[in-house]
Amino acid sequence: MAFSQRFIDIDGCRLCLRRGGSGAPLLYLHGASGVPAVMPFMEKLAARFDVLVPEHPGFGLSDEPAWLENIHDLAYFYLDLLRALDLKDVRVVGSSLGGWLALEMAVRDTSRMKSLVLVGPAGISVPGIQPGDIFLWSPEQVVRNLFFDQKLAEQRLAEPVTPELLDMTLKNRHTVARLGWEPRLHDPHLPKWLHRIDVPVKIVWGEEDKILPVAYAREFGKLMPKAQVEIVPRCGHLPQAEKPDLFCDIVFRFAGAKG
Amino acid sequence: METVLFHLMPYADLDLKAGRDHGTVWVNLPNSNFDPVKGHELYNRYLDELEYGEELGFDAIAVNEHHQTAYGLMPSPIVTASALARRTQRVKIAILGSALPLRDHPLMVAEEHAMIDVISGGRLISGFVRGIGAEYHTFGVNPTFSHDRFHEAHDLIVRGWTEPGPFAFQGRHYNVQYVNVWPRPFQKPHPPIWIPSQGSKETIDWAAHPDRRYTYLQTFSPANVVQRYLDMYRDTCKGFGYEAQDRQLGWAVPVYVAATDEAARREAKPHFEAFRNVFLKMPVEMLLPPGYTSRESLKNVMKAKAAIFGDITLEKSIELGLIVCGSPETARRVLEDHWKHMRFGNLLVLCQFGTLPADLTRRNMELFAREVMPAVKQLASKAVPA
Repeated sequence: MAFSQRFIDIDGCRLCLRRGGSGAPLLYLHGASGVPAVMPFMEKLAARFDVLVPEHPGFGLSDEPAWLENIHDLAYFYLDLLRALDLKDVRVVGSSLGGWLALEMAVRDTSRMKSLVLVGPAGISVPGIQPGDIFLWSPEQVVRNLFFDQKLAEQRLAEPVTPELLDMTLKNRHTVARLGWEPRLHDPHLPKWLHRIDVPVKIVWGEEDKILPVAYAREFGKLMPKAQVEIVPRCGHLPQAEKPDLFCDIVFRFAGAKG
Repeated sequence: METVLFHLMPYADLDLKAGRDHGTVWVNLPNSNFDPVKGHELYNRYLDELEYGEELGFDAIAVNEHHQTAYGLMPSPIVTASALARRTQRVKIAILGSALPLRDHPLMVAEEHAMIDVISGGRLISGFVRGIGAEYHTFGVNPTFSHDRFHEAHDLIVRGWTEPGPFAFQGRHYNVQYVNVWPRPFQKPHPPIWIPSQGSKETIDWAAHPDRRYTYLQTFSPANVVQRYLDMYRDTCKGFGYEAQDRQLGWAVPVYVAATDEAARREAKPHFEAFRNVFLKMPVEMLLPPGYTSRESLKNVMKAKAAIFGDITLEKSIELGLIVCGSPETARRVLEDHWKHMRFGNLLVLCQFGTLPADLTRRNMELFAREVMPAVKQLASKAVPA
């Protein structure tokens, strides 16, 4: 499935948007590492959905707008994007930081959303559990801790680092710090308003997640009693990358293909 | 030339192997490595050394701020500067500096510095820093807002010192209904402000601005790097349309003087190498969190990683000008040579570094003060236009 790439202007920010497939709209909100390229799971999802993969403001090829200071800014930006593109019944899929972003959007306005799939979302804190310190780990440690299957980590580490990719990595890292350095990758006020989310929610978690340990999934289960929580065994922080078939099946079953 | 005796107050009793094995003595080296009984002895020894600086004729004695590290035992330079204010009579006391963005409220800094200035009868030199990258990991303060917070905190402090209170301060990071600093500082309009830096264009542009003309101190860098940044400061001043005075420039450097070059090298070696290769060491992710520097600077550091993060011997360090080490004659010659190229008006000497023990530190201070300092002071005075 071919993905197009174009730039759109929203709120004074030039945004890189990749889009492919047809069907009901599915907005994929990436995590801290960004989305420098179309990944296999996106291709799979595009077989049944109109898949939109933006690079967030402050990431990849998108602008770094001066207004971007916290996750709330990003949430309002994406609500503006849904309106600007007049998207309806959107299946929002958010991974990690992108899962947190999806939650911040949904507590504000679900009128253009059909459902939420959250993959190892950040956004809350769990008493007694610290997330892995992605800012203090070396780049190699970060990659190793992303995956349960170390063969995948080796593959990722073997990929050449071009100057462009390095620039992008540093840019992404900067924005992640901007949004999530302190409080670390969460918003202490978010749990107060999670009850406002009135669309179906699926939470997918890699059982061996070393960034946000699976204890987070249990905490989300407590905070959002109506959400379905699915734990993926032998999997790290990115089920969509580590187990793409399984992940896409979950999305298809939960989010359906009909508008 | 003003000569300043600078102290870092390292935890010299550190088990060096533990520090080395851990990879860094910053942020997360367990504090079980700190023995309060040994700490008690060290604090009192170090304060004695700084007080002795007055007797030896230094123009100023200087302390600084670092957190959760064996590198320096001064999380609050306010505490050490206060102790020194009451135990000295004439010497200036420099805080180099207070880490503004790490503080929840900059007014506390304005108040504490003003207190020391008033208690000491106007002997305070105020220094402001952002804190090093590691301290953003330690405190959880967001490094991507570090510059903004620094500038805003600075504005609040200087306005609090100089404008009649009460007045309201409206900022992005700090909002105060009643800025009304008691006590007001002793010096008019306020204590001199010095800006220590490891070298950054952003900092130089800001410090050199005609509204500020703050003294810029380049700390612990190879001599050619010191020169590059001091030149950059002078050029920046020219760009602003004025000529920098020598007193706007300073160089902070470890110094070790003994009877002969050979003796100096032999005595300094293990202690300087502990300073350079254990106390200063940290991974790049700890040193430079995102946003602490521009991404260009970060990339430059990553390129020079081996040179910056690898071990360096004393001999190589002497060659690079990371330390001035030798006989009094050698020390005079080296400092004069550097001065000719850099024309700094302030020389900050670190006479204790790493594990250097009390007896060697004291002898080093005495030899420097007696045999080197007079020449250095005189050398500079020739440069001041009549």
